[in-house]
Amino acid sequence: MHLYIARRLLLMIPLIFGITIITFTVIHLAPGGPVEVQTEMSLKASAQARDNLKKLYGLDKPLHVQYFDWLKRFAKLDFGKSFVDGRKVIDKIFERIPVTLTINILSLILIFIVAIPIGVLSATKQYSLFDKISTVFVFVGFSTPAFWLALLLMILFGVNLGLLPISGIQSIDVSEMGPFERLVDWIKHLILPVGISAFGGIAGLSRYSRSSMLEVIRQDYIRTARAKGLKESEVVFKHAFRNALMPIVTILGLSVPGLIGGGVIFETIFAIPGMGQLFYAATMSRDYPTIMGILVIGAILTLIGNLIADISYALVDPRIRVRK
Amino acid sequence: MRLLSVIGKRFSRNRLSVIGAITVTCLIILSLLAPFVSPYDPTAIDVHNVLSPPSKAHPLGTDELGRDVLSRMIWGSRVSLKVGFVAVGIALLIGIIIGAIAGFYGGKVDAVLMRFVDIMLAFPTFFLILAVIAILEPSIFTIMVVIGVTSWMDVARLVRAEFLTLKERDFVIAARSLGAGDLRLIFWHILPNALSPVFVAATFGVAGAILIESGLSFLGLGVQPPNPSWGNILTAGKDNIEVAWWLSLYPGLAILITVLSYNLVGEGLRDALDPRLWEAERH
Repeated sequence: MHLYIARRLLLMIPLIFGITIITFTVIHLAPGGPVEVQTEMSLKASAQARDNLKKLYGLDKPLHVQYFDWLKRFAKLDFGKSFVDGRKVIDKIFERIPVTLTINILSLILIFIVAIPIGVLSATKQYSLFDKISTVFVFVGFSTPAFWLALLLMILFGVNLGLLPISGIQSIDVSEMGPFERLVDWIKHLILPVGISAFGGIAGLSRYSRSSMLEVIRQDYIRTARAKGLKESEVVFKHAFRNALMPIVTILGLSVPGLIGGGVIFETIFAIPGMGQLFYAATMSRDYPTIMGILVIGAILTLIGNLIADISYALVDPRIRVRK
Repeated sequence: MRLLSVIGKRFSRNRLSVIGAITVTCLIILSLLAPFVSPYDPTAIDVHNVLSPPSKAHPLGTDELGRDVLSRMIWGSRVSLKVGFVAVGIALLIGIIIGAIAGFYGGKVDAVLMRFVDIMLAFPTFFLILAVIAILEPSIFTIMVVIGVTSWMDVARLVRAEFLTLKERDFVIAARSLGAGDLRLIFWHILPNALSPVFVAATFGVAGAILIESGLSFLGLGVQPPNPSWGNILTAGKDNIEVAWWLSLYPGLAILITVLSYNLVGEGLRDALDPRLWEAERH
């Protein structure tokens, strides 16, 4: 097991190098580079000013020197300063994480609570009416643009019924509220974002747990359990369900990067000051240090998520541990 | 030919997939005929009819500049179609070449290429696409290329897996012993046998590309106004959310129906092309 983890960790090193190289290359594809962006607003910016800026960002050095300089600072979690407001990128990222993390954890919980029962039930009653309806739901769920759903629900609950607020994470007059009112206000603001960000995930996970459950139900030990006369509920929950859960555990690991990543479109729609919105604002203003920082952090989180998924799978499934 | 008719028969057994295929065909015809069937010029501004709700003259209403929403949606279907097919075409080209080389040669070549695939998969795709588009100029051309370049990894993995098993098969060994070169083996002998999972992935890929395009256009990073696309009509919907529900409802519905149809076709193809089910049927 230790050997397995060690090998997986070693494998990550070249991947992290690749990620940083690609990020660096993508950013330097920019015609004119970052300096143009800062000076294009003021046509009067002299050649002298441009040179000064270039020196400030180290852009006058050869590319590979720039890359290794960037990599060195990156290893110390120093992503440089934002072009837009001169603040440290790492600070900008960290202040956005709590909001995105809250919404995504809540929606992840919602996904697991709703999707697993749907998946298990439609697998145990394969080809039943419930199975058919949930299959249709899954396909519609996969095909619905989340931001469109957000617009529709905003129209329904926000505009027509006036029940829920349609933007931000708190009301303007939140400072005048008591603690209980604040909580209600907070919940009201979160219902739509959490529900919508869970929607696609529910479709995906319920499909996944359905096929995982179907796979297990066909196994010999389930036939044995039935043959020795166990009650169906016991067969399903004690014998089948626990085994079907194992591959689902890996989904948790794979959700890690999404927890911080957040939806760009959807945070923009609801005016939620999270990571997605930060990234969108950064791309619109071509704030390269911020773009690079978020891209690299996102990619490395994905790698860590994959690692957690693999390790947790090996932990819950002894077959994998023995083989490796 | 016999094979095609068998596949067709198996496909047509799935009623939902057939409905999907019919819808997809209708949408393609509609977008090709856009200049003839669209009732108005999609960019004609009418200041007397700004944000008017659906009526006889404008079945789906008008937008904030008085343009006919139905006409804009019909023309917008061209964007979805173009982006879907070109982006997937690019993804297929890259994915097939990388997958074929990795699977055919194996060893170090395979290891390096597959690590590259892992790296590309690690990036949050939508963030990467946004970053590249922000750097280049947002346009329908940029979108097609960027979506294609960031979505070939699944195809590469599928093709590689097929090649790994196919290259050991007798017909390949026979062709090789008759003196066929690597290129001939890859493209003439192995690739045609490796294509069925690729077709399925391509169909799902079109659906995914259409969804991404609509999102990008919605954010203002895709098709630029005044050119219509389903995504940028929805932007107008968001800006006028308190007064004009029709601007939000219809374009999204069009996206949903289109994407759903491609997904249903993909599902039907997967079942129709699955060799394991073929075996089961023969017995």
